[in-house]
Amino acid sequence: MSELTLTVMRLGFLAVLWLFVIVAVQVIRSDLFGTRVTQRGSRREAPRPQAAAARQTPPPQRQQSAGGRGRRGAPTKLVVSEGTLTGTTVALQGQTITLGRAHDSTIVLDDDYASSRHARIYPDRDGQWIVEDLGSTNGTYLDRTRLTTPTPIPPGAPIRIGKTVIELRK
Amino acid sequence: MSSTTNTSTQHTSTIGAIGAPSRRNTELALLVFAVAIPVFAYANVGLAINGEVPSGLLAYGLGLGLLAGVGHLVVRKFAAYADPLLLPLATLLNGLGLVVIWRLDQSERLQQLAERSYGVFSPSAPNQLMYSAIGLALFVAVLVFLKDHRILQRYTYISMVAAIVLLLLPLVPGIGANVFGAKIWINIAGFSIQPGEFAKIIIAIFFSGYLMVKRDALALASRRFMGLYLPRGRDLGPIITIWAVSLLILIFENDLGTSLLFFGMFVIMLYVATERTSWIVIGLLMSAGGAVGVASFAGHVQARVDAWLDPFGCYKELGACEQIGQSIMSFGSGGVMGTGLGQGNSDLIGFAANSDFIFSTFGEELGLAGVMAVLLMYGLIIERGIRTALAARDPFGKLFAVGLSGAFALQIFVVAGGVMGLIPLTGMTMPFLAAGGSSVIANWALIGILLRISDTARRPAPAPASNPDAEMTQVVRP
Repeated sequence: MSELTLTVMRLGFLAVLWLFVIVAVQVIRSDLFGTRVTQRGSRREAPRPQAAAARQTPPPQRQQSAGGRGRRGAPTKLVVSEGTLTGTTVALQGQTITLGRAHDSTIVLDDDYASSRHARIYPDRDGQWIVEDLGSTNGTYLDRTRLTTPTPIPPGAPIRIGKTVIELRK
Repeated sequence: MSSTTNTSTQHTSTIGAIGAPSRRNTELALLVFAVAIPVFAYANVGLAINGEVPSGLLAYGLGLGLLAGVGHLVVRKFAAYADPLLLPLATLLNGLGLVVIWRLDQSERLQQLAERSYGVFSPSAPNQLMYSAIGLALFVAVLVFLKDHRILQRYTYISMVAAIVLLLLPLVPGIGANVFGAKIWINIAGFSIQPGEFAKIIIAIFFSGYLMVKRDALALASRRFMGLYLPRGRDLGPIITIWAVSLLILIFENDLGTSLLFFGMFVIMLYVATERTSWIVIGLLMSAGGAVGVASFAGHVQARVDAWLDPFGCYKELGACEQIGQSIMSFGSGGVMGTGLGQGNSDLIGFAANSDFIFSTFGEELGLAGVMAVLLMYGLIIERGIRTALAARDPFGKLFAVGLSGAFALQIFVVAGGVMGLIPLTGMTMPFLAAGGSSVIANWALIGILLRISDTARRPAPAPASNPDAEMTQVVRP
């Protein structure tokens, strides 16, 4: 086999190998650059005090797109804002979200103060999200009040279970 | 991942991976690519060594394509939302490993060496192909039978016992085999198995189950001393135990790599579970102390350290430790662009050229450029594993994914560092590349488990069920 062919194949092989790596990195580029971190200040309600410092004027088109799914102004995701699972989000798509230590819960709480089936969050027929305590030992708190009945969740209100705080956001 | 959809602008967190598209077609496209590259490499090796396209090219391409296709279809059916990169990366690495093992089979030097040592030469590539198929079968079995990784949480302590039994098996007389000073193999029905590779996965189950329960005690009950959070004595118990077990493995089985892997994995998972830097410091100090202690009185380890400190001096004076010097020379002669597949002289390494030292062949024939690409592929597998851990919604899954990818990363560091002369050489195998049945099979299972966790993490919630409250308010008429 001629020297030239082998040299071309050698360089060609390296090029193909690197092409694969680059394509693979392109597939996951959203991990590196793509995910936009939006400011919490784009919520219409008054943000919590520490978020107020970071508040900026929201771009007008974001307000439009936020209501794209379902009712205008309805929350689209559930965010864990305090506790061991901080940063975890679950998209709200009309499903019931269960919270608790049981490992088949939607959000598995690793919290000494949580019961195995602690609470659930579900939409009623109008699309309003409801939080219900499932007879937990230490209770579920909406803002400062302990829940006794299924209660609609006002936008931005923190739901506290043990050391974990959950919010619904747009 | 969700940023490719139009809802991406609503995410405030980078961890929101739910509601993402399944990306199975991306995986299929990458998989076609990942099968084509080893076929190209195979043709290249054939042309370089024999001057003709190897006769088995079509069969090899179809075989690898079949394995990849089966893997893809099973993922499509049983883990539709799993990560799109893991399967193509593993397939490509496995395919490249097969090609290089076949290339080393063609080497006359290695054939003569084998005939002189054992009287007969048997090629490794067909065996490796068979092991890859078994590995893929295990991968399929993991995806089909493990519906939810959280089930494994129930077997926390059973898996601890199972892992220790697996690790001790090579010491049992009768089935244990002493191969070149290291007692890490067992012989069952004519097959030699390295139980440590499987113990790696099983011990990760125990660590994640244990740390999930104990992490608050480990993280919070501590005293601050010189900027470090020192844990209480009773919380130090498990780490001391694991340290002692890994040292015992090292002493009785002469297996530096596995003991480093175990202890390192435990420290990584402890750090991830507790967020305390002090564990890293304590872990590094303990592993350094253990390594120095063992190296000072175990002859096998002592020889490895000598070969590491002075590879070329050792090469000239003694007969048995020339491998590291040869390996470093093959990396050097590869240069930046390499000598081309099939045109290097890495077969001079002789013994273990296609298992422990396979990375030297990559270094010589593909050069720095190729080695970097291969290391990046491993890096991508690890990144996907860590990413899976970030997206997982249960603490057990998080820790399990971190443990598995941490073990994978440590293994690559230990092997690549060993053959490059960065750290003392340990007898471990490069995942997917090196010839060795247990390693390929166990690593396919590892990829299967990572795919299962990522599928659970990324799968959108099931369609909304009919609301039970709505039914309760219906008026029932007699």
